[in-house]
Amino acid sequence: MPAEMTVELVSVERRLWSGDARFVLARTTVGEVGIMPGHQPMLAQLEEAGVVRIDSTDGAKRTIAVHGGFLSVSAERVSILAEFAEQADEIDTARAQRALERADDSDAGKAAKARAEARLRAAEAN
Amino acid sequence: MAAQIRVLRRRIRSTQSIKKITRSQELIATSRIAKARARVDEARPYAELMTSTLSELATNSALDHPLLVEREQPKRAAVLVVTSDRGQCGGYNANVLKEAEQLQSLLREQGKEPVLYVIGRKGVSYYRFRNREIEQSWTGFSEQPGYEHAAAAAKTLVSAFMAGADDAEGNADGVQGVDELHLVYTSFKNMITQVPQARRMAPLEVEYSGGVSAAADPDAETGPEAQPSRGESQGPQALYEFEPDADTLFDALLPKYIGARLYAALLESAASESANRQRAMKAATDNANDLIRSLTLEANQARQAQITQEISEIVGGVDALASSGSES
Repeated sequence: MPAEMTVELVSVERRLWSGDARFVLARTTVGEVGIMPGHQPMLAQLEEAGVVRIDSTDGAKRTIAVHGGFLSVSAERVSILAEFAEQADEIDTARAQRALERADDSDAGKAAKARAEARLRAAEAN
Repeated sequence: MAAQIRVLRRRIRSTQSIKKITRSQELIATSRIAKARARVDEARPYAELMTSTLSELATNSALDHPLLVEREQPKRAAVLVVTSDRGQCGGYNANVLKEAEQLQSLLREQGKEPVLYVIGRKGVSYYRFRNREIEQSWTGFSEQPGYEHAAAAAKTLVSAFMAGADDAEGNADGVQGVDELHLVYTSFKNMITQVPQARRMAPLEVEYSGGVSAAADPDAETGPEAQPSRGESQGPQALYEFEPDADTLFDALLPKYIGARLYAALLESAASESANRQRAMKAATDNANDLIRSLTLEANQARQAQITQEISEIVGGVDALASSGSES
C-alpha cells in the first residue's frame, strides 16, 4: 500500500494545486467520500457547491471551495475537476457573507446561497 | 505659398497623433497576445483531464445521450460566430464572417436552416446591417473572455439543442430548438497564422482508436486534441466505481465538456484577435512614419522655396531701386 498519492485540482481557468497528499475529503452528490492512497478507481460528481479538503504529505490541510466539480480517482492519481474553485486565502469572506444575506428563495438565490456557504466553510476551515 | 506650408504642417501634426494611437494599440495588443496564450496554456490541464475522464466514461456507459446521437432529420442548425468587439484588427472579423457565410450556405444546401448566435459587437452589427435575424448575442468580453461567458453561451446552446430533440415528434415542449451546433472561430496557429475554422460541437463525435469518427461530417473539422478519444485508453481497463451511476455522470459531464471546448475556442479567438490587431496597428504605424517623412520633406521644400522667392524679390527690388536712382 503506497503512503501517498498524487493529487491535482484544476479549474477551467487554471491549475490550482498539485502535489502529493495522504488524504482527500470531498462530498459527492451521493454522500461524503474520503480517499486514501490505494483507493479503488472511482469517478464521482461532486456537490454543485462544496468544499474539498486535501491533507498533503507536508502536514498542511488545504480546504478549497469547489463549484460544479468532478472527482476522478485512478491507481496513481486523484484529479478534481472544477468549473470554479477558490483556495481559502483567495476567498473574500465579507463578500460571501453579503451574498449569503442577499440570497432569496428563488432557484438562483438558493444556488448563490449554497456557493456562499461553501466559500465560508472553506475560509473558516483554514 | 504660406498657405501650402500651413496645410502641410497641419497634416503632419494629425498624422503624428494618429501614429500615437496606433502605436499604443500595437503595444497593448502585443502584451494581450502573451496573456491570452498564457491563459490558453492554463486552461489545458482541465481540458486534458476532462477528455480522459470522458473516455473512461464512454467505455462504461450507453452512448445514447442526446448530445452524441445524430438526429434523423436535422432541420435547424445553430451557428455560433465568434467575432471581436472592436475594430482595428485587420481582416480578423471579415475572415471569420466569410467562413460563417460559407458554413451557412453549406447548411442550406443540406436542407438545414441556420440559426445565428453571435459573440462580439462586430458580428452583431454585420448581421443587423444585413437585416439577418440573430437568435441571441453576447458582447463585451471578446478580448478577455472568462469561463463564465463561455458557460452562459454554452448553457443557451445546449438547452436549445435539447429542446430540438422532440421537434420531429410534434414538438411537445413548444420550444423550437436546433438539431446541430456549429461553432465558427479563429484558431491561433502562431503569431503569423490565424485560421478561421468551422467546427461541429454537437452531436459530438467520439473518436475510436482507428481514427474513424463515429459520426463523420464533411464540414466538421474536429481536431484530435479536443476529442474524447477512446484510442488512448485501450489496454487493461481499470474497473471504475461510479457515484452516481455512469449514465448520470455522463449526462452531467457532457454539457461541461461543451462549455470547456467553447471556452478554449474563445481564448484562441482572443489571442488571434490580438495578433491581428498587433499586425494591423504595426502596419498603420509604419505607414504613418512614411507619411510623416514625405510630408516633412514636402513642407521643407515649400519653406525653402518661399525663402528663395523672398530673397529674389528683395534683390529684384534693390536692383529696381538702384537702376531708377542712377537714371535720375
